[in-house]
Amino acid sequence: MKREQIGLSLGLRLLAILLALLFTVMVLLLSGAPPLEAFRQIVLGAFGSYKRFTDVLVSWVPLLLVSSGLLITFTAGLWNIGIEGQITLGAIATTWALRLLQDSTFPPALSLLLATLAGMLGGAIWALLAGALKTFGGVNEIFGGLGLNFVATALTLWLIFGPWKRPGIGSMSGTEPFPQALWLPVLPGLRLSLWALVPGLLAWGMVFLLLSNTYFGLRLKAVGKNLRAAYLLGVPTWQHMMLAFLLCGALGGLAGSFQVTAVYHRLIPAISSGYGYLGLLVAMLVNFQTLWVAPVAFFFAALNLGSIQLPIVLKLDSSLSGVIQGVLVLFVLLLDGVRRRMERG
Amino acid sequence: MRKSLFTVFAFVLGLSLILSACAPKTPTPAPATQAPATQPPATEAPTQPPAPTVAPTEAPTQAPFVFGMLLVGPYNDRGWSQAHYEAGKYVEQKLGAKMIYLDKVNPADRPGTTASQLAEELVAQGARLIIFNSDDMKDESTKFAQEHPDVFVIMASGDQVWKEGKAYTEIPNMINIMGRMEYGKMIAGCAAALTTQTGKIGYLGPLINDETRRLAASAYLGARYCWTKYLGKDARDLAFKVSWIGFWFNIPGVTDDPTKVADDFINSGYDVIISGIDTTEALTQAKKAHDAGKAVWAIPYDFIGACEEAPDVCLGVPYFNWGPEYLKAIKAAAEGTWQSQFVWAGPDWKDINNPDTSAVGFVKGKALSENAARMVDQFISELAGGLNLWVGPLKLQDGTEYLKEGEVATDQQIWYLPQLLEGMEGQSVPQQ
Repeated sequence: MKREQIGLSLGLRLLAILLALLFTVMVLLLSGAPPLEAFRQIVLGAFGSYKRFTDVLVSWVPLLLVSSGLLITFTAGLWNIGIEGQITLGAIATTWALRLLQDSTFPPALSLLLATLAGMLGGAIWALLAGALKTFGGVNEIFGGLGLNFVATALTLWLIFGPWKRPGIGSMSGTEPFPQALWLPVLPGLRLSLWALVPGLLAWGMVFLLLSNTYFGLRLKAVGKNLRAAYLLGVPTWQHMMLAFLLCGALGGLAGSFQVTAVYHRLIPAISSGYGYLGLLVAMLVNFQTLWVAPVAFFFAALNLGSIQLPIVLKLDSSLSGVIQGVLVLFVLLLDGVRRRMERG
Repeated sequence: MRKSLFTVFAFVLGLSLILSACAPKTPTPAPATQAPATQPPATEAPTQPPAPTVAPTEAPTQAPFVFGMLLVGPYNDRGWSQAHYEAGKYVEQKLGAKMIYLDKVNPADRPGTTASQLAEELVAQGARLIIFNSDDMKDESTKFAQEHPDVFVIMASGDQVWKEGKAYTEIPNMINIMGRMEYGKMIAGCAAALTTQTGKIGYLGPLINDETRRLAASAYLGARYCWTKYLGKDARDLAFKVSWIGFWFNIPGVTDDPTKVADDFINSGYDVIISGIDTTEALTQAKKAHDAGKAVWAIPYDFIGACEEAPDVCLGVPYFNWGPEYLKAIKAAAEGTWQSQFVWAGPDWKDINNPDTSAVGFVKGKALSENAARMVDQFISELAGGLNLWVGPLKLQDGTEYLKEGEVATDQQIWYLPQLLEGMEGQSVPQQ
């Protein structure tokens, strides 16, 4: 890339962030809130104490896993909207495994390991379904994924209100919490589990290596850039797409698994916490650069946690974080389009 | 390219840091009740010595006692959560204490967070006592109370610290508070029975548990009593159907839609809907049907002002008045006389609508006929005089005996009602 191009690209990115900030300030002013104080509260809410910082990491882990996984499918030219369902299926499979194992004589560590693997398997299978619909059924992965998301939600609700209901209770609140032995151990006094953080980081690193340093990654790129050309050059295209789905689904499933074992300790209807859709935003924002997944996902997680201060302190709705995230992505995409136009012209 | 993006990110971080650094100097007009917000976050709980029962006495002239409240729904839901919010305001006014609150505390509205985590956020803003206002936060309130023995906890509607209860756990820093809404629901049932023209009463239920079963059953007992005793009709001619939506309020795509459930009642001839959920869909749908020319009424729930939304169809509202009990508990916390206990507070029978003494009340609605209103008053005075409808013979829905002839239900039998009662239609436990 030429020097001017880098400069242009950087300038436009900065402009995008500036525009997003300006837009947010306008929204805040329109709702009669002090913008500086609002931003200050968000920053304090995310980094005001050690515990808050580690809380950001707690939601960073699933977001990191999901976004990393999505980069694999993005590289293969696939829009894996079904990631939400893959997270959910991971959570369901983990819950299922823990329910089976909690009364067994298995040591808790082994039960947790098996349940985590079950979660990855659950997510992978759900992703393969979307992949099979695409490859063999000709169903666009966006529609297939959306459909499977609905099925995953319906399945969760049915399990919670039906076979997995709490004794004597009929509530969409969630299943009976697992005994504490089956929670992933956390750092003392905190909510952060290294047993989730380390796998999250490892997964991110592996995706980076896979996409940048392997033959497989190269071929995946070929499939993503030009399916037909890749096929003509002898790349087994559908196999690569299925593999991309499988890996992404497994990572999504792992995220869902951690939601059960490290955060909620039971299955709830909103178990995915929307990390799938948020992960799509992250993946779009980083534009195929795996290294950037970690900081951007961290930034999003911090925004989400920090914005909880808004209703407490300023009586503002905390959906502001969603506004910032959405607007940021929109402006970055918009100015990316502008850049491409300028480069062509 | 990668390098450039790093610069971008550094810029974002830098900008947020600059913003945060600038802010304190800016003379921002502090929006109401923000005092502790600008102070550094209060010490995290573990650093304070645990002193659950002997909280130091605080001079009321100094910094006011700060209490926090977690509301499961919106603070202005005209129902369950608003009743708690107003009670918090009441305590602020009576005690000179200060409330901070966070509403919509449930995983659907605040994804990725847990109630105990959010409670810690209120503690960080200075709260020394946390009110968990929903059954949905019961497990989380236990977890929080045990992890923070130096923070006082009120768990509304829970039974964790009821020594005679089924779920007893020793938690010195926790108080359970609940109103004896059984009375409010009996009165509601009575008003419904006196009004229905079709003899069919619908009960819009939330989720199924001990609490909701006993409240639905209370409404039925009140309805049956007034139907047979005051109207002289046969109990078998009174239909009483319960439909559950699956949660305390509507969560689109997750629960059944209460709007639709209410419409189903109306369209199948149920002309009075008693609401058991946190929000007012029963009332609004009844109003729509009323405006379309149908003779339909509704009885909302929880909040004293609930009828205001549709007075023309509102027969009255049984409501919680959390204020007096919250005042007692928060005062005890502030003054160091806190005692872990289970409070199940009844109405003040001298005046069930006394805002300073009655934990539950009933306000008659504009749509209640004069004649029915007279009989409702009579029913209330009978209850005040000692009338107890939780007396045998009573059978459970499946026909098994619940109370023998003349047997009076204990508090435990009522609290943990295992099924709906015979004569009620609807699920006692979830079936799918």
